[in-house]
Amino acid sequence: MEYEAVIGLEVHAELSTKSKIFCSCTTEFGGQPNTHCCPVCIGMPGTLPALNRKAVEYTIKAGLATNCTISNFTKQDRKNYFYPDLPKGYQISQYDLPLCKNGYVEIETENGKKKIRINRIHLEEDAGKLVHSEYGHNSYVDYNRTGVPLIEIVSEPDISSAAEARAYLEKLKAILQFIGVSDCKMEEGSLRADVNVSIRPKGSNELWERTEMKNLNSFRAVYRAIEAEVARQIQVVKSGGTIQRETRRWDDAKGESYPMRSKENAQDYRYFPEPDLPPLIIKEELIQRLKNELPELPDARKQRYISEYGLPEYDAGVLTSSKELSDFFEEAARASENIKAVSNWVMGDMLRILNERNLEVSQVPFPPTYLAKLVALLDKGVINGPTAKKVFEEMFNTGKDPEAIVKEHGLEVLNDESLLLQVVEKVIQENPNSVADYKKGKKKAIGFLVGQAMKATKGKANPQLLNELLIKKLEG
Amino acid sequence: MKLHEYTITQLHELISKKEVSVPELTRYMLDRIDRLDSNLECYITVTQKHAMERAESVQKMIDEGVLNSPLAGIPMAIKDNICTKGIPTTCASKMLGNFVPPYDAHVVKKLYDNGAVVLGKLNMDEFAMGSSTESSYFKKTKNPWDTQRVPGGSSGGSAAAVAAGEAIYALGSDTGGSIRQPASFCGCVGLKPTYGLVSRFGLVAYASSFDQIGPLTKTVTDCALVLNAIAGHDPMDLTSSRRQHPDYTKALINDVKGMKIGIPREFIADNVQKDVRDAVLNAAKVFSNLGAECEEISIPSMEYVVPTYYIIALAEASSNLARYDGVKFGYRAANPKDMLDFCMRSRSEGFGTEVKRRILLGTYVLSSGYYDAYYKKALKARALIIRQFNKIFEKYDIIIGPVAPTTAYKIGEKINDPVQMYMEDIFTVPVNIAGLPAISISCGFDSSFLPIGLQIIANRFDEPTLIRAAYTFEQNTDFHKAKPSLDE
Repeated sequence: MEYEAVIGLEVHAELSTKSKIFCSCTTEFGGQPNTHCCPVCIGMPGTLPALNRKAVEYTIKAGLATNCTISNFTKQDRKNYFYPDLPKGYQISQYDLPLCKNGYVEIETENGKKKIRINRIHLEEDAGKLVHSEYGHNSYVDYNRTGVPLIEIVSEPDISSAAEARAYLEKLKAILQFIGVSDCKMEEGSLRADVNVSIRPKGSNELWERTEMKNLNSFRAVYRAIEAEVARQIQVVKSGGTIQRETRRWDDAKGESYPMRSKENAQDYRYFPEPDLPPLIIKEELIQRLKNELPELPDARKQRYISEYGLPEYDAGVLTSSKELSDFFEEAARASENIKAVSNWVMGDMLRILNERNLEVSQVPFPPTYLAKLVALLDKGVINGPTAKKVFEEMFNTGKDPEAIVKEHGLEVLNDESLLLQVVEKVIQENPNSVADYKKGKKKAIGFLVGQAMKATKGKANPQLLNELLIKKLEG
Repeated sequence: MKLHEYTITQLHELISKKEVSVPELTRYMLDRIDRLDSNLECYITVTQKHAMERAESVQKMIDEGVLNSPLAGIPMAIKDNICTKGIPTTCASKMLGNFVPPYDAHVVKKLYDNGAVVLGKLNMDEFAMGSSTESSYFKKTKNPWDTQRVPGGSSGGSAAAVAAGEAIYALGSDTGGSIRQPASFCGCVGLKPTYGLVSRFGLVAYASSFDQIGPLTKTVTDCALVLNAIAGHDPMDLTSSRRQHPDYTKALINDVKGMKIGIPREFIADNVQKDVRDAVLNAAKVFSNLGAECEEISIPSMEYVVPTYYIIALAEASSNLARYDGVKFGYRAANPKDMLDFCMRSRSEGFGTEVKRRILLGTYVLSSGYYDAYYKKALKARALIIRQFNKIFEKYDIIIGPVAPTTAYKIGEKINDPVQMYMEDIFTVPVNIAGLPAISISCGFDSSFLPIGLQIIANRFDEPTLIRAAYTFEQNTDFHKAKPSLDE
C-alpha cells in the first residue's frame, strides 16, 4: 500500500513589541542572564499582570494578514504546569476563545497553489530558559525571555509533505516580517515550530494517530524531521505495528527523533480563566484601524512585481520571500531604469555573495541605490560586464559608491581607438602562430587574440571594439 | 484615656494641636506592643527602627505643613500577606519565612503617602487560609477578650491588634470573610470593600477573584478615613475599577429614615447561636426604631454558597500557589536528588497542612474529567448567586445578618474539623462570590461577654450607604465602646 503524510504545524513567533506582555521590561534578545526582568515577570508574590495592548494589536494584525476572523470577545486563561523556567507555575495563554481563528495562507507547491488553513492564533507569554553548567550537575535559570509576548499559530492538518511544510513556514515568516510584528529569527528562537505528523493510505480521508515533534530549530530541521518521521511511521505500519500518540524530540545532529512522553503521561494543564485579567472586548473600529495599517503583503507584492515590473513569476516569488530582500530590491528598482537587470543582480550575485559570506540582507554595507548606479554604469558602457562583477565585490568589501570605485581604480572601458590600435598591433606581432592560424581559416583564433589584448589593457578595453580592430587589421 | 484607646480622628486632633508628637505616640505604641504581644502574639514582625525613623520624618512633614492627611502620624500595622518593601512579608508560612519584597503593595504606598507609621506585620492564617489564625506557621494569636479563644481569621492578628490597642488601625484581607469574621470575634469594625475598589497589587494572592484588602478600625468614622486613603484605580491591577470614588466621610450621616433593609431568613436560622441571633434581631429593631423599614427576605441559593466559594477559591489558590517551587524565592529544600525532588520537597516541607489540603482540593476540581462537574458548575452557581443579590438590591438598600454563626471559640476546638470550619463561613462567603461590600460592627455580647458582629451588606460600590447605616447604628448604640480588659 502507498501512504501519504498528513502534517499540521504549531508555530510560535515572538512579537517584536518593545516591552514584555505583562510588565515594562525590555524584550531585547540576549543580555546578561536575569537582567531583563522585574518582580512582575518573575512572578514574585503579590504581583499582577498588566496587559500590553500593543501585543494584542500585533496578534490581531497577524490574524488579519492570514485571513483570520478576529474575535470580538476574548479572554486569557491559565495553563498550569511546573517547570523551573515558568516562574508562576502557570503560563498565561488563551484556551477556548483565541483572538484569531479560521484563516489560511496560500503556498506554492509542485502542483500549483494550495491553501493551508489556520485553525487559530492565540496570544501567550514566553517562558525563560534553563542553562545547564558545563561542569558539575548544576542548572541555572535565565528569566530574560520570560514574558516576551508570543503568538501560537496552529494550522489545520492540510500539509502533505516536508516541502510544503517548509513553504508554509517561509510564507508565514514573510507575512509576519512584512507586517512588522515579529523578526522571526529562528536562530534566536523568535520563530519556533512543533510538527504533528501522521500517515494514511494514499487518497483516503482517514486521520490516523499522530506524533508531535519538538525542538526543531531551523527550516532544515523541520524538513528533515518530517521526512524521517514519515519514513519511520511507514516502516512501523508496514512491519505490522501501530503508531502511538506521543511527543518526540528531534536530534538534528543525529537526524533521528526519540520518544519524549507518551499519551498516558500527557500533562493535564488544568486550564481555567485568568482571574487577574478581565475579558477583552475587541471593538470593530480597532480591527478596522489595524486593517488599514497593514502594509502590502508578500502575495500582493509578488503580483505587482509580475504585472508592474514584468518579472517572471519565479523571480517575483524569490524577491518577495523576505521583507528585507524585497525592500532592498524595491529601493534599487525605484532608482533604476533597468529593473530586470536589478532583479538579476539581486537574485544572482547578491544572494550568492550573501550566502558565501554568511550575511543577512540587513548587513549589506551599501544602500540599494548603489546597485542601481552599478547597473547604470554597465548599461551606459562606462564599464564592462567582468568589471561590473569586480566592482560589485568591491562594494561588498568597502561599502563604497560604484562610481567612486570605478574612478579610484580607473576601471572605465577603454574606447580610445588609436590607443587600442597600438595594443592590437603589438598583440599581432607577439603571436605569429595564432595570426597564421587565423589566416589559414581558423577563425576561432581571434578569441585568443582578443583575450591577449584584454589582458594587456588589464581587462578595461571595450571587447567589441577590440574585436573589430583586430579583424580589420588581420584582413586588411 | 490612654493613647492607645484613641481613634484616628482623636489622635489626628492631638497631633495637630501638638499635644502629642508622632515619635512620642509611636514610642508609646511600640512599648505597648513590647509589653502585651508576648502574650497576645498579634505581630509576626515589629518594625521598631523603621517605625521610629518614619515617625520622625512624618512629624517633620507635618511641622513643615506639607502633610495634613487625617492618617498622618497614626501608628498602624499590616497583615503579613501585604507586601512591604524591605520588611519581611511571610504570609505566616515557612514557605515565605525569608521573603523580603523589593516593592510596596499599592495600598502601602498610598498609606505612606498619607503619612502612616507602620509598626509591623500581623499574624494570620497561613496564606490567609483559615478562620482562626491557628494555621500560622509562627504563632497562635489570642483573642483579647479571652486569651483562651481564637481571634478569628484569617486576619486574626489585625483584629486582635486593633481590639487590644496594639495598633490604632490595621489592614487585613478578605477572601471569604477574613476581615469581617475576626472583626466580629474581636469587637472591632472590619470592612470588605467592593471587589475592584482597592488595588490588589502587592497582596499575596489566595483566590484572585475574591481577594480584597480592607481596614480594621475602632469606629466607622476611622473606617471611612482609611477607605478614602486606600481606594482607587491602580494601572497595575487590571481588575481595579476606574470609577472615581466619593469621599466616604461624606456618608457619615446619622440617619436611616426610609432605608429599606432585608434580613434573609437563611441568616437567622437554627444553625446560628442564640445569643448571636438575638443580637442581630435586636439590631433590626434598632434600625426600625430609627425609621428604617426591615423585612424578612430569602436568598434561595444559600445552600450552594459554601461549595461554590470553596471550589472557585481553591481552584484559583492551587494555581496561585504554584509559584512557590523553591527556585526563585522562599523556602528551598536541602540536598535535592533532582529537579522534581527539589520542587516536591520544597513544597512538601514549606507548606502547612491546611494549605496543602486546599491546593489538593483546588487541583482536583480543575483536573480533566472533574472540571465540568465542579469548577464549571461552580461558575454557574456563582452567576446564579449574583443574580439573586442583584434582584434583592433592586428593592433593598442593605442586607443585615450575623457575620458568623458563633462567637469566638476556644483555641484548638475546631482545628481538626475542616468541614465544620468551612461551613461556618456561610454568611461571609456569598458577599465575596458576588463581589459586594460588607462591614462588621459590634452589635452585642454573648453570655461570656464575647463580642458579636453585625454584618451589613450593600450593593456593588455602594459603600456610602453601607457606611451611613453602620455609622447610624454606632451613633445610637454603645456596643463599640466596650473594651477588653487586659492584664496590664
